[in-house]
Order: sequence, then C-alpha cells, then structure tokens
Amino acid sequence: MARRPPEPVQVIKQRRDAALNALVSGVPYISFLGIRFDRRGDELTGLLPYDDKLIGNPLLPAIHGGVTAAFLEVTAIITLSWSWLWEDIESGKLKLSDLEAGRLPRLPKTIDFSTDYLRTGLPRDAYARARVTRSGRRYASVHAQAWQDNHDRPFAECSAHFLMPRSDG
Amino acid sequence: MDADQIETARQFIEALPHAAALGLSVVQIGDGMAEIVMPYNPCLIGDPDTGVIHGGAVSALMDTCGGAAVVSHPLSGGGTATIGLRIDYMRAATPGQSITAHAVCHHITRSVAFVRATATDDDTDRPVATATGTFTVEQG
Repeated sequence: MARRPPEPVQVIKQRRDAALNALVSGVPYISFLGIRFDRRGDELTGLLPYDDKLIGNPLLPAIHGGVTAAFLEVTAIITLSWSWLWEDIESGKLKLSDLEAGRLPRLPKTIDFSTDYLRTGLPRDAYARARVTRSGRRYASVHAQAWQDNHDRPFAECSAHFLMPRSDG
Repeated sequence: MDADQIETARQFIEALPHAAALGLSVVQIGDGMAEIVMPYNPCLIGDPDTGVIHGGAVSALMDTCGGAAVVSHPLSGGGTATIGLRIDYMRAATPGQSITAHAVCHHITRSVAFVRATATDDDTDRPVATATGTFTVEQG
C-alpha cells in the first residue's frame, strides 16, 4: 500500500508561520504595544519587548498595569484563535492566500477578563503563555500567565471568558 | 482636594508614559472619583474589519482611571498599584468615538482600596464595559 510521503518541513513551517503572522499583524493594537509571538509546533509564547511608552509609574519605574492586562488579553485571544483555527490551517481549508490578503475568519470576543497583579512589572522584556482550559461551541475559558526574568516568578496572570464566533458564519 | 492638588494630580496622570501614549486626558478628579477620556485612535484598533478599539486599550483606560480615583481619595497616602482588576465587556465601542471611564473608590482601608468603574462612548446609557478593582494603599 502506497503511503503518502510526509510534507516537507519547510512547507509546514511556512504555512504555520504565515497563518500566525496574518493573525497577529492584522491587528493595529498588537503592533502599537509591540507584541510578537514565538511558535514551537502549536505552542505560542507572547513577547512584549520593553519600550518606554509601556511605563505607568515613572518613579519606580514599572510597566503600566493596563499594559500588563492588555498583554495577557492579547496572548489569550491569539492562543485561543490559533488553537481554534489549527485544524483548518493544517488541512488547508483555511487558504493562506486569504490570510495573507487580510481576509481573516471572525475571531473570539472577550466577555470578561480578570487580572491578578502578582509583582511589579519591571522595565524589561516580558513573556506570556495562555492555556485554553475549555473551548466549547459558544464559550471558551482561557488562563494566561506572564513572567519576566524568571519563569517560576510570574508577575501577572489572568483568567478570561470568550464568546466564540458562530461557525455557520 | 483643593484646586492646586487636583491640577497636580491631573498633570501627574497625563504625564505617565503609557497614559500619554494612549492620549488620555483627565476630565475630573477628586475625593475618590475620577473621569478620564481616551480619544479614538486607529493605532488602538483590535478588529480591523470594523475599526473597533481593542479590549486591552479599554483595560488600560480602566486601570488608569481606577488608580486615579484611589490616589484622589482623602485617606490615600499617595501612590497606588493594582492588586486585581476584573472587566466585563458588554458591547463593542462605536468606532470613531472616544471612550470615557468613570471610576469611584467606594471603600478604603489602611491596606486596600476598592473601586468600581464604567466605560461609555457617546451613548452614555449603554456602558461599553464595567470593572471592579482592588488597589494597594500606601501609608501616608
């Protein structure tokens, strides 16, 4: 029985990276904060490189609490969208040419969002990862955590609910 | 707060680097209450198809306004930091309209300040988002 040869690795990488790039670069606010995403297989890590305009209290100085919340929210919503779209990206149902032309499918909407500030956000780069704890047909629950120098010492975490896009369009 | 203190607080908040990046302006502040406006800005769009502002920018506005309400409370020692903030998003803000947050520090202890906040666009009868937050109280 002839088995189909596996896809060349560069084809897989190009497809996934192009899909992720389309998802992230289409949103002006993500660029405004300077957030980027690092991908390892299907795992995403949000990166928030330090910038002076992210500072809230210049006396400490510390990253603005609103920036921290926004970074967690962006990481949560991109990770949720990514896991939701993953199968369609892999199967080719989602056309790369559409994504690259900015024709994105409807994305989840935030219903509520709760942030715990665990430590002061220091004036340096920050990282975040989100975990989709439940993804249903209509609602999803997501948890995200952000850290700086030391992964074991998170400086903020959040839990959030999202309204999923209707799959009937 | 007397007029000088209010002016000092207003200038301090508007000069915070991230508040300046968002273009925030303080409309009212004093006695544990604050009102801050965030003008519509295409850089803050979360949904490029509709031009709706990203929820994260609304969070930053709510957080700033909550902190401003706390520092303006007569029993506050000065600075503050957010402990926890929960936001409910009721609807998308109308593209092109500024968003105004109104926050009240309704209770304060020696250690913790409790805040409620609402964000509205031009349609002030239907809030865009509501928030509850807890903030640290510095010993004055």
